[in-house]
Amino acid sequence: MLVLGIESSCDETGVALYDTSAGLLAHQLHSQIAMHAEYGGVVPELASRDHIRRVLPLTTACLADAGRTLTDIDAIAYTAGPGLSGALLVGASVANALAFALKKPTIAVHHLEGHLLSPLLADPAPEFPFVALLVSGGHTQLMAVHGVGRYELLGETVDDAAGEAFDKSAKLLGLGYPGGPALSKLAESGDPARFTLPRPMLHSADLDFSFSGLKTAVLNLVKAQDNLDEQTRADICAAFQEAIVEVISKKCIKAMKQTGLNRLVIAGGVGANRQLRDGLNDACSKRGWQVFYPPLHLCTDNGAMIAFAGAQRLKFAQTAGSFAVQPRWDLASLPAT
Amino acid sequence: MPYLALDTSTDHLSLALATDSGIRVRDWHVGQKHAELTLPCVAELLNECGVTLDQLAGIVFAAGPGSFTGLRIGCGIAQGLAFSRDLPVQGISTLEALAEASGHDRVYCCLDARMNQVYAAAYVRTESGWQEHCAPVVCNPEDVPLPDSDDWFGCGSGFRVFPDALAARLAPHLNGSDATLAATAGSMLALALPRFAAGKGLPAAEAQLVYLRDKVALKTSERG
Repeated sequence: MLVLGIESSCDETGVALYDTSAGLLAHQLHSQIAMHAEYGGVVPELASRDHIRRVLPLTTACLADAGRTLTDIDAIAYTAGPGLSGALLVGASVANALAFALKKPTIAVHHLEGHLLSPLLADPAPEFPFVALLVSGGHTQLMAVHGVGRYELLGETVDDAAGEAFDKSAKLLGLGYPGGPALSKLAESGDPARFTLPRPMLHSADLDFSFSGLKTAVLNLVKAQDNLDEQTRADICAAFQEAIVEVISKKCIKAMKQTGLNRLVIAGGVGANRQLRDGLNDACSKRGWQVFYPPLHLCTDNGAMIAFAGAQRLKFAQTAGSFAVQPRWDLASLPAT
Repeated sequence: MPYLALDTSTDHLSLALATDSGIRVRDWHVGQKHAELTLPCVAELLNECGVTLDQLAGIVFAAGPGSFTGLRIGCGIAQGLAFSRDLPVQGISTLEALAEASGHDRVYCCLDARMNQVYAAAYVRTESGWQEHCAPVVCNPEDVPLPDSDDWFGCGSGFRVFPDALAARLAPHLNGSDATLAATAGSMLALALPRFAAGKGLPAAEAQLVYLRDKVALKTSERG
């Protein structure tokens, strides 16, 4: 079965073709990061205006890459939420009209399910069950994943997402928007021991996270510096990254112990962070646990994870009856398979 | 050859189908339910006229100005339908379609643009189609462009929402007005058919919307 996947929930337009026997055949991505950078954050209306210019050209490119035609497609999956409603509606409109015209089913995919299942696109792919850490600019959640649609929330952030903390701290350090990757780069030349930043909720009994206090601590540290030279900024970046990696790693270990599972899966944009990967790899190998990541190019939002999640749902004939987007949508409300 | 037009830029859903026996127009008041209702209504209209998607020769959508999200739903659906059959598309100005719908020859079109503003343009009917006399703009109602002549017929929702401001500005230039007149997919189709005949359709991927309100956020450098 060949599934076309369309992602347009935020600031990336992604289109992909996934074949249930041959795997991922093609995927195309357009990032709007440069467009939103001038505004210091994602402008929802501009995001929508860009999505509608991108969906069809990316679809054409995917079909060409895969050497397939529209008539080969068996189903069309699209991100139905959560996300920016205007942006979601663009992908949903094109997907539904195309499916209507081709007389094929649509699959309304939950964006986070896409991320959660994206490590299954890697080789080797993890088997169920596993603990998943979903860590991005919009989400920080730990989940026990027993199968497609069988997700148990173990803990989540009570305020900012980890990626948000990276971007906001980067902004305070004058690293532009989105500055998370720039912060990580600068941290490489910094001394993490020069400053001490808090590890919020590190010792809390639950598996929840909190990152807004860390961001405030960075703000106070920046204000306290007489001379915010390059080395000082690098040292603050290193201290920040060390704090956030320590909190995330410890919580992952706690989740593994609590569930008794031995496979850890990392998904979401922050999962591309090198120091986080090193920290988790160390912690897991010591304990004989396996750790899995999606392919690096599929860490950000993308169409491949939507096509893939759609294909999993298609196996169980869980197609959408009508056109709907859900800007707010609880992952736990999804049907199990 | 049948052509389909859809307008989802207002709180109505307007569809039109041109066949050899004429143009059939259907209109529903749908509020904000365009996303859910457009495709089922397209199916119903095609069915009523005994036309299949395979028979269509082109698709028309409202190019704006109008509700941003509404415009994109219509454009996205037009793109999806057209892309499936490699059909040409045409975006038609909602202001020009209003002029076409008015039945007058010198038309001052004014649509409510929310945020206390209007979209305005003036058109003159000529033998070769509508000619822009005042180019489309988004502005405050008291600043709408002044035509450099008289005898214009005013129409559109702007005259309902801002009757006093528009009267103060335009009264000497108008010979009448009708605030209830609205563009329909039928008036869009009427404008599009000769353009399709002249080979002016575009590939679905090149469909363009005209929002007029292009300043939707401040850049970091513009904030105080």
